[in-house]
Order: sequence, then structure tokens, then C-alpha cells
Amino acid sequence: MATMTMLEAVRHTLHEEMARDERVMVLGQDVGTLGGVFRATEGLRDRFGAERVVDTPLSEGAIVGASLGLAWAGMVPVAEIQFLGFTHQAFHQVAGQLARIRARSGGRHGCQATLRAPFGGGVRAPELHSDSLEAQFAQCAGLKIAAPASAADAKGLLTAAIRDPDPVLVLEPLRGYRAIKDDVPEGEHIVPFGRAREVRGGDDCVIIAWSAMVQTCLRAALEVEEESGASIGVLDLRTLVPLDVEAIVAAAERTGRVVVAQEAPPTAGFASEVVATVQEEAFYALEAPIARVSGFDTPYPPAMLEERWVPDVSRVAAAVRRTLEARA
Amino acid sequence: MLRARRWSTRLFNLQRQGRMGTTAPIDGEEAAVVGSAAAMDPAVDWAVPQYREPVGLSRFGDRVLLHTILYHLGHPDAGAYPPDIHVFPTQISIAAQIPHAVGLAWGLRLRGEPGAVLCYFGDGATSEGDFYEAANLAGVVRAPVILLCVNNSWAISTPVRLQTAAGSIADKAAAAGIPGVRVDGNDVVAVREATAAARRRALAGEGPTLIEAVTYRMGPHTTADDPTRYVPPEELAAWAERDPIARLGTRLEQAGLWDDDRQRAAEEDADRRFDAAFDAAQATPLRDDVFIDTAYASPTPQLERQRRLLHDERSRGAG
Repeated sequence: MATMTMLEAVRHTLHEEMARDERVMVLGQDVGTLGGVFRATEGLRDRFGAERVVDTPLSEGAIVGASLGLAWAGMVPVAEIQFLGFTHQAFHQVAGQLARIRARSGGRHGCQATLRAPFGGGVRAPELHSDSLEAQFAQCAGLKIAAPASAADAKGLLTAAIRDPDPVLVLEPLRGYRAIKDDVPEGEHIVPFGRAREVRGGDDCVIIAWSAMVQTCLRAALEVEEESGASIGVLDLRTLVPLDVEAIVAAAERTGRVVVAQEAPPTAGFASEVVATVQEEAFYALEAPIARVSGFDTPYPPAMLEERWVPDVSRVAAAVRRTLEARA
Repeated sequence: MLRARRWSTRLFNLQRQGRMGTTAPIDGEEAAVVGSAAAMDPAVDWAVPQYREPVGLSRFGDRVLLHTILYHLGHPDAGAYPPDIHVFPTQISIAAQIPHAVGLAWGLRLRGEPGAVLCYFGDGATSEGDFYEAANLAGVVRAPVILLCVNNSWAISTPVRLQTAAGSIADKAAAAGIPGVRVDGNDVVAVREATAAARRRALAGEGPTLIEAVTYRMGPHTTADDPTRYVPPEELAAWAERDPIARLGTRLEQAGLWDDDRQRAAEEDADRRFDAAFDAAQATPLRDDVFIDTAYASPTPQLERQRRLLHDERSRGAG
């Protein structure tokens, strides 16, 4: 075990996977000489050379689209998009191409490509640097989506993504890059997709979240538990596609009270999918309406407003209290 | 060329009989497609088409016709080319295949494999961001790719003069710092030679070439189109005078290499091949929930739940 930040875990994993498999290559804007705008790819170019660690033109559509062709040629591309908000300029290649190519080829030929993109708020970044767009990608059947909430999972899920035969979008939380720090297993560490993580057990209510919101929810759970004595669990989904329906249902049946928290706008956000899953699969166990905590149905706001916009501990705690007080 | 037109016509007629989905006739563009494919080595090279070209890509294997028919029937195995057929599945989204072709060519070079990639698209595609982004990237990484624009003068009803203020499509190569070549797209020998030269450059590590094959779409955009609403009849008539198949036929006749008997025999042979491929396409099995098995390498647990639900609903629905 070594203690690492999420960013260090991502960098460490890229080094390990490139050393393990010579087909793995990293491409994107500023990933080579600079080592990435967050330094996630630092040291890769010196170690593995400019052919495998490629500073590309400023061209999100071509970075993603070329990754499909590279994969068909037998390479294993790991593309970095500097911020998830810039995937709007590559969305046609993700949704229309990478996600669909296996189905289009009758199942014959997939696309073993990984797209890494930092996302989420809390670092006072300019416009389009903080948006949580995961639900848009969850509609792109054929694509998988990982959203680690710990440094250990950043390694385990990124390793699984790079080795997955299907295209994977790995969402890395901007505000967690340096703030989240935990023990990361050394050597090979794979977190299989579709297995949620019970961050803490709890019998009276469960908060379901992913990525940086898991930390917010953990603090909210501790706060409400301390004041009320109720036992509050936190479930980290880890991957949105595939979704660990069994773990969601088990947590809902155990507690009867469910809160789902996300940074994205509420309407048609991924939290709604979790709510629908609980309703379909665990309705008779519910003792209270399922609560959602979200951003707002507005564009992500300028930096001076983001503390009001991104759900914080107090908003999540309020939703938990409301859920505990409700009577079905 | 003769086969491509014959097969395209057969597809068109089947659509009119209600036995085939939408098709995009190749009429007029045979020299651009067949001539460029003829310059490639199907053992090592790849073709990355849009949607009008596959009927002319038999150079890459006899099975390409079967897959083309499957495509227009709407069969899910259409894009399931066996590994020895180096053709990408038909692409509907205009220009989206160009970055794929560049990535494929780049990857072949990185893997130390000998091939080059021939990527087809139309004049309309050169207005898309994917064209510029991919051509630019190809130039930077010196991808062994041939970007072949079949400039057939029309993007459905939009004439090429409304696509761009550039002097030619080939001129657009300058923005990517790669050679741009303009060739008579109705002269099969000229197209083959231009493509062969681009392929030599690619394999020598000199990078990509943009070729503009200037031709004319003599038929409708697709079976759903009515070109009489916008194609000037005199323009069509002028291009019909330059029909690429008639032109080659005249040259071969003058050289004593072609006559009516050979023409008839070639047409009969094309029909036999089409009939056999059509029979094979109709006999290709169709599993009704194959879509669940081909979205991912293996279905996600959610998809397996959806499959169970589907089967349950079907059995209850059949009551």
C-alpha cells in the first residue's frame, strides 16, 4: 500500500499499464511534454517515447475519432479530454461512433479505447470546466462509464477500463484530484465494473452517490448520525454503466429510505435512473419517498456562484433528515 | 465498374419492388470508386467507405457484395466483415469515418504493419469539422492514409458551389499541409494512377494525400430522392456524355479488347454473382434479440434483465 492522491493514482496507473502492454498509448492535448494540464501524464513521454505519448492537435473530435481507428489497428488508446465540458466537441464521435461500432459491425469488432476526462465543480474554474454530463453519456449504449471516488478506485477502475474490450469514459473529479488521498494497492489492482462499494453501512437510510459527491455524502451521513443517532449508510456506485442494481436494491431493502445525490442538473440526470431502479425493484421495502439532491436546471454557474449551486453537506444532510422524518 | 453499376441497379430495382430498404445508387461514380480501389492491395490495405461506395469495393473481396446487400436489407450482420476483408462498416454520419481512417492508418504504422488506408467521402463531407480535424491530424502524424473525395457535384440537392468558396476541394489540403490532387473522376485509369501514387507516398512514410475525384452523381441521392426537382437536365445530359463506363468501353473497343459479346457475358456474370449473393443474404439467419448480444463484448447485467423482461413480455403478450 502507498498513500496517494487521486491524481497520483491515475498517473501511477498509466505508467503501470503502459509498462505492462506496449499497445497502450496516451494521446491528447498537452499530455506529452507538459505531462497534462493536471500532470496526470507526467513522466510518460520520457519513459515511453513520443510515439506512444502523443501531443495531439487541439481537436477533440479527431482525438476521439482517431482512437477508434487506432483501436481497430490493434493499439489500446487512452485519450485525455482536458475537461468533460469540452466533450461537446467530440460528442458525435463518442455517441455516434465509438459507442456504436461494435453493434454496427454485428458484434465482430469493438473499440478498446479509454477516454479520461476531469469533471465537476468546486475549483472555481472558467465556464465549461465543471459540468457533470454523465447522464448524456449514459444514453450512449455501447459505452461504459466509471466514476471513481477514491484514489484506490481511480487505479482499480482505470486499470479495468484500459483492459476492457469496450470503450470506457472515466470521469475524474476535479476537486478530488489533490483533495482525495487514500491507500492504493501496489501491483495489479483491478476493480471490476458493476460492483458498488459500501463506503459505510447503515440501517436507517442509505445515500447513493458517485465520484466527488461520495465525500460530501459521507460527511452528511456522519453529521446526521451524530445528531439523531440514526444509522446512515453511503453507497458509492463506482460505475454508472454497468450499474450495480443488486447493491442498490439490497441497500434500499435494508434501510427502506434512500437519498440519491449528484452534481448534475436534476432533470433526466443519472440520479433519476437510480430512483427509477429503486422504485421498480424495491418499492415494497420503501418507508419514505426517495429523495434526490442535485444541482439545478441551469447551466453551471460562474465561479462566484458555484458554492450555492453544487450540493453541499448541508443540502444532503437536509434531504436525509427529510427522508428519516417521512412516513410512508 | 460494370458490375458496380449493374449491382447498384439491381439494389435499386429491389427497393422499388419493396424487397430492399433505402439504397444510394453509384451511377456515374464507378471510375472514382473502382479505380481507386484497384490501386490498393486488399491483403494489407483497408477501405473506409461512406455509404455509396461499398457496391464498388469488390476489390476487397467477393463477400463485400453480400454485406452490401445485407446492409440494405437492414440485417445486423451487414458490418460483420470477416477478419480478412479489410473494409469498415458502412458509415451514415457524413465525414465521421475520416478520423477513424486516420487513426487506423496511424495505428498500422505504430504496429509496424505494411498497409495504407483508403478513405472515401463526398464533397459535402468536406464542409464538416471531422474532415478538417482528421486531415490536420493525418498531416501531423504522417498517417499512411489516402483521403479520397468523390466530388459528385451534389450533396442531396446542394450543389458543390454552395458547399465552399474554395477554388477546389483539393485546395483544402493546403490547410493541413498535405498534397491535394485533382483528378478526372470519370477516367478510371487516371483515378487508379493518382491513388497508386498516393499509396506509394503513404507507404514510403511521406504521409497522407487528399485526392479530389471530380465526377457526377447521375442518379438520385437515394431511392427516397427526386432529383428532377433540382438537377438541371442539360447538366445531367452533358455529364452523361462523359459516362465513365462508356468511356472505358470505347477505349477498349478501339484497342480491340471489348465487343458486344463480352459486354453481354460480363453483364450475365454480374447478374449471376448478384443472384447468388442475394440468395445468401436472404438465407443469413437472424436472431431476434441479437441487438442485446452485440452492443458490448458481453451483455451488461442490465441488458440481461432487459432480455428476460422482453422474453417474459413476449410470452405473456402471446397469452
